[in-house]
Amino acid sequence: MSDVPKPEELAKVDHTSPLITGWMNSPVEIKKGVACYAGKPKNLEYVGLPNPREWSPLDEDWKLPDNWKEIILDGLRERLERFRSLKIFMDICVRCGACADKCHFFIGGGDPRNMPVLRAELLRSIYRREYTTAGKIMGKFAGARDLTVDVLKEWWYYFFQCTECRRCSVFCPYGIDTAEITIIGRELLNLVGLNIDWISAPVANCYRTGNHLGIQPHAYKDMLDFFVDDIEEITGVKMEPSFNRKGAEILFITPSGDVFADPGTYTCMGYIMLFHYLQKMGLDITWSTYASEGGNFGYFTSHEMAKRLNAKMYAEAKRLGVKWILGGECGHMWRVINQYMDTFNGPADFLEEPVSPITGTKFENAKGTKMVHIIEFTADLIKHNKLKLDPSRNDNLKVTFHDSCNPARGMGLLEEPRYVIKNVCNNFYEMPENTIRELTFCCGGGAGLNAGEDMELRMRGGLPRANAVKHVHEKYGVNMLACICAIDRAVFPDLMQYWIPEVGVIGVHEMIGNALILEGEKERTTDLRSEPLHGMEEVEEAEEVKKEEKVEENKDV
Amino acid sequence: MKLEKLLLQNRTIILKRWLDSILESYSSDTKRFLKKQSDQFANPVGQTISKEIGNLFQELLEGVDPARLSPILDRIVRIRAVQDFSPSQAIFFVFQLKGVIRKELNKEIRENRLSDELAEFESRIDDMALIAFDVYMRCREKIYEISANQAKNQVSRLLQRAGLISEVPEWEPHQKETT
Repeated sequence: MSDVPKPEELAKVDHTSPLITGWMNSPVEIKKGVACYAGKPKNLEYVGLPNPREWSPLDEDWKLPDNWKEIILDGLRERLERFRSLKIFMDICVRCGACADKCHFFIGGGDPRNMPVLRAELLRSIYRREYTTAGKIMGKFAGARDLTVDVLKEWWYYFFQCTECRRCSVFCPYGIDTAEITIIGRELLNLVGLNIDWISAPVANCYRTGNHLGIQPHAYKDMLDFFVDDIEEITGVKMEPSFNRKGAEILFITPSGDVFADPGTYTCMGYIMLFHYLQKMGLDITWSTYASEGGNFGYFTSHEMAKRLNAKMYAEAKRLGVKWILGGECGHMWRVINQYMDTFNGPADFLEEPVSPITGTKFENAKGTKMVHIIEFTADLIKHNKLKLDPSRNDNLKVTFHDSCNPARGMGLLEEPRYVIKNVCNNFYEMPENTIRELTFCCGGGAGLNAGEDMELRMRGGLPRANAVKHVHEKYGVNMLACICAIDRAVFPDLMQYWIPEVGVIGVHEMIGNALILEGEKERTTDLRSEPLHGMEEVEEAEEVKKEEKVEENKDV
Repeated sequence: MKLEKLLLQNRTIILKRWLDSILESYSSDTKRFLKKQSDQFANPVGQTISKEIGNLFQELLEGVDPARLSPILDRIVRIRAVQDFSPSQAIFFVFQLKGVIRKELNKEIRENRLSDELAEFESRIDDMALIAFDVYMRCREKIYEISANQAKNQVSRLLQRAGLISEVPEWEPHQKETT
């Protein structure tokens, strides 16, 4: 009982809840650098989203339908009936303020409307006005207000300043999940055609071609073929990934960012190498040029859109007749799989409970979804001593690990990535404990906010994470930020460039690719980025000179 | 230099007042958070400002060395350059030090007739403001550069790999000469 504070100690607790008064009277000012571009009409039309038109958030007139208010209020009523959690989240918040200073956008930017409690109040104030007696009678005194165009604009501005990372929910004594409030807020906004281009374009592309950029199957395959060439040049080993192969045991799906954008491309090379290594041990896996996207930007639009895009992966698994799905390093893809897939499109009866063909491990956690995160798969391989690894090939890296929000808070993947990293590299340093694991700080660009036009927002949202990276950089000389999320790999290089240019970004499977000792490989002198390995700088320089001489000779010929 | 001694003696109160006036640029809830939360990882903005103004003050007492002031200013300005501030608001904190010193040391300065020394010290603050302006511009330029490169980087490898880009080979001029 000695740990229980005495009454006089408790009385000394200095807690002031946020003021959160006055905010209703100050209208929102939409700023360049923070606001994203509006969704283009063609993309909305393609997937049947309402009110497709050219508009700009910086204009006065947002070209809303005449009955926009009715649509929003009907939409809210319908969702309050459908989602018990929403009704509870609207009712039970006591404004204790525990979440207030936990949001990365508030910490880095200082805008009080980014305190999660206040962001939720934006919606809650309308809920009170429309659905509670106190709100109907007492209005502002009861924290209620009328729904106006200005309120709608405020919703749009701030619901697209939340990355749905759920850090705030970790601190809420009632378990209110502000991400779910943002999700509903965005869903309501979409009913009247308010969205952002960086979400609606990937959604339309993903629906049509299977990935965010609209890359067609032959280009997808070409990219992987190029990686195969690069790997051969670096390791001397020729690999042959298979595509759209019917009857394979496992279908591999990864975010398209891994295939098309650096530094994710090096992570992708790591996957190819791992699969090649395991082939002789019985791995029977295929890539798909149709289910060519693990990410699901539908999830940032509406539950229905998330379901539609999620269904594509399972449709491809069914078409190919595989037993289960292995998924690449991704963030929100796993939140969708782990928390929504079963009710969206499950049960996936036509698939089997995933079992590692190499170790025999049953992935019971994936019994419902039949889909396994590659970091679990690889950690299991290492645990069973199935991989020959040379961690010294990552000796030029001093690594820290960023827990990507969704795998960490959404599915508890905390130990697996660390276990893998410690087995493939010799220099690993943790960031301060209130910035990692469940308390991890978002990259600042999740939930569709990794556009280019909102760079100020991203820089301030990523500030708390960058600040922790800077700490380990200064203390231990960390030069590489590892992650298991494709959005992280897209967002962090920009963030690092602004805050700590000395630090690069790497996917965990890129480090595996570096460390993996392949059968018949030549002595490696470079890593997957074709940069000299630690201690190989001179050898590599000599190789370069040789190559240049060869080019010169060819020219003369 | 008598003023320097006076400034050193009143260092704590001057820095406290300077911090208070800087934090006035944030809303009341934010201000309270920035001031109270002492964990540097939970509150990087408040802690950075609070720490670095101490360093700036120390530097100013010794003169104006751009090479030393610039990295310290960078740590504050880099943050304010991405927050909701106009350029003038972002670097106004430098000038706020003048008001703080005048207010806190008004009596002593008059009694000891230190106005000449004060003018000299204030011109150091002006010089620091110029450096802060350079730093601010550097930060903003960086943001635009990152935005511009982002679009390019996202698809460049794809275009290159898909053979949709045909860049001029490096050896072409040499080849032209020989043909």
